[in-house]
Amino acid sequence: MIKDFYYLRANTVKEALVFLEKHKDDCKIICGGQSLLILMRQGLVAPKYLIDIKNIEELNHINFDPKEGLKLGAATTHRAVEKSSLIKEHYHVLVDMEKNLASFQTRNWGTIGGNIAHGDPAGDPGPVFIALNSTVKMASKERERTMPIEEFFVDYFETALEEGELLIEVQIPVIPPKTATAYEKFNIIKNDQGIVSVAASITMEEDGVNCKDARIVLGAAAPTPKRAKEAEQILRGQKLDDKLLDKVGEKASEEADPVPDIHATEEYRRSLVKALTKKMVKKSWEQAKTLA
Amino acid sequence: MEKKLLRITVNNEYHELYIKPKRLLVEVLRNELALTGTKRACNTGACCACTILLNGVVVKSCSILAMQTDGAKVTTVEGLSDGAELSPLQRSFLDHGAYQCGFCTPGMLMSATALLDENPNPTKEEIKEGIHGNICRCTGYNSIIRAITAVAEGKYKEEEL
Repeated sequence: MIKDFYYLRANTVKEALVFLEKHKDDCKIICGGQSLLILMRQGLVAPKYLIDIKNIEELNHINFDPKEGLKLGAATTHRAVEKSSLIKEHYHVLVDMEKNLASFQTRNWGTIGGNIAHGDPAGDPGPVFIALNSTVKMASKERERTMPIEEFFVDYFETALEEGELLIEVQIPVIPPKTATAYEKFNIIKNDQGIVSVAASITMEEDGVNCKDARIVLGAAAPTPKRAKEAEQILRGQKLDDKLLDKVGEKASEEADPVPDIHATEEYRRSLVKALTKKMVKKSWEQAKTLA
Repeated sequence: MEKKLLRITVNNEYHELYIKPKRLLVEVLRNELALTGTKRACNTGACCACTILLNGVVVKSCSILAMQTDGAKVTTVEGLSDGAELSPLQRSFLDHGAYQCGFCTPGMLMSATALLDENPNPTKEEIKEGIHGNICRCTGYNSIIRAITAVAEGKYKEEEL
């Protein structure tokens, strides 16, 4: 049963920030509410004030600039990302990710910002945004700030958002040349949350043979989405073969810090990390090789 | 808790209601407007039995605060037929026995309606994808897929009545 609350509908970011500042001791932001309402129904979250940002137009945008990259407003729905031709052309991995994220019903109402701010380590956008080297923009009544999205995820369901702060935008830079990104999650029922997920981004040297840079991000394999930095380092400057791939998978599995739950044990998650890391590195490598 | 004004158009009928802000859309539809065709089953956002169209797209009415739909247009299963004639999908569901207990049917019909609105000629895979979130524990889905396929193939066009 949801506890009573005062409902405040903000129509502009400015208005939302005023509400936030005024009620920061005991409020929650709601956008699509696809995660928050579940917690409220279970009584795990019971704010006195609920600030609704779903209708703020300035938070609902998909802007692409060939120099600056992609900007996704926090209130942009999953479905809008999935259907955007701009995103399909320039950041195809986001479309792949969205197609396997929950149901149409959830994607039609749930938002990118809500997903990120929820801080669930099993969320899909987190690992992909980190692999794409994204930044988040936040604002409070006093200031605006940005940070790498990697630092935004602080702990289990905990983000860097401070009291009075609102997530404004996710900014994704232009993809470097000869770079491909792949993402996949392992689950029992299609489109469920991943038991483990892995995003890998590979940048090839100009020769198209050696690896110039790699980003490997693990989802649901630690209290937050987590980069497997040592596994990435194994790849840099190397040529891909099965032996190297094995080493990378092994290292990523060591770097994981899985939380056991009803879905999987720690050991099982580690073995999934290994398998998915190998699969995603290989997939993005093969794609990157073919790019100009 | 003070009640708030909600202005909502449901099945082309405009309503002004005063509700507690914590009310979910499914509660307003069923309890305030007596539109009990929309079912509340799992109550956790997992089964999609409560699926309705909100401004033309499918959403779960158990996972949306009613206040967030102020000014919106909602279609429920009651809005699919004009009161005299069932919609092509409804007739096809009947003909194909695409239900047993019937609890998932309203949600299933709404998902199928949205699917065919967006993609009038879906493949079998696309139909499966279109009803992916809607859980049915009776039929095994095959009769539902057959029913939707028949409509997509034009077997329920008005002139063929």
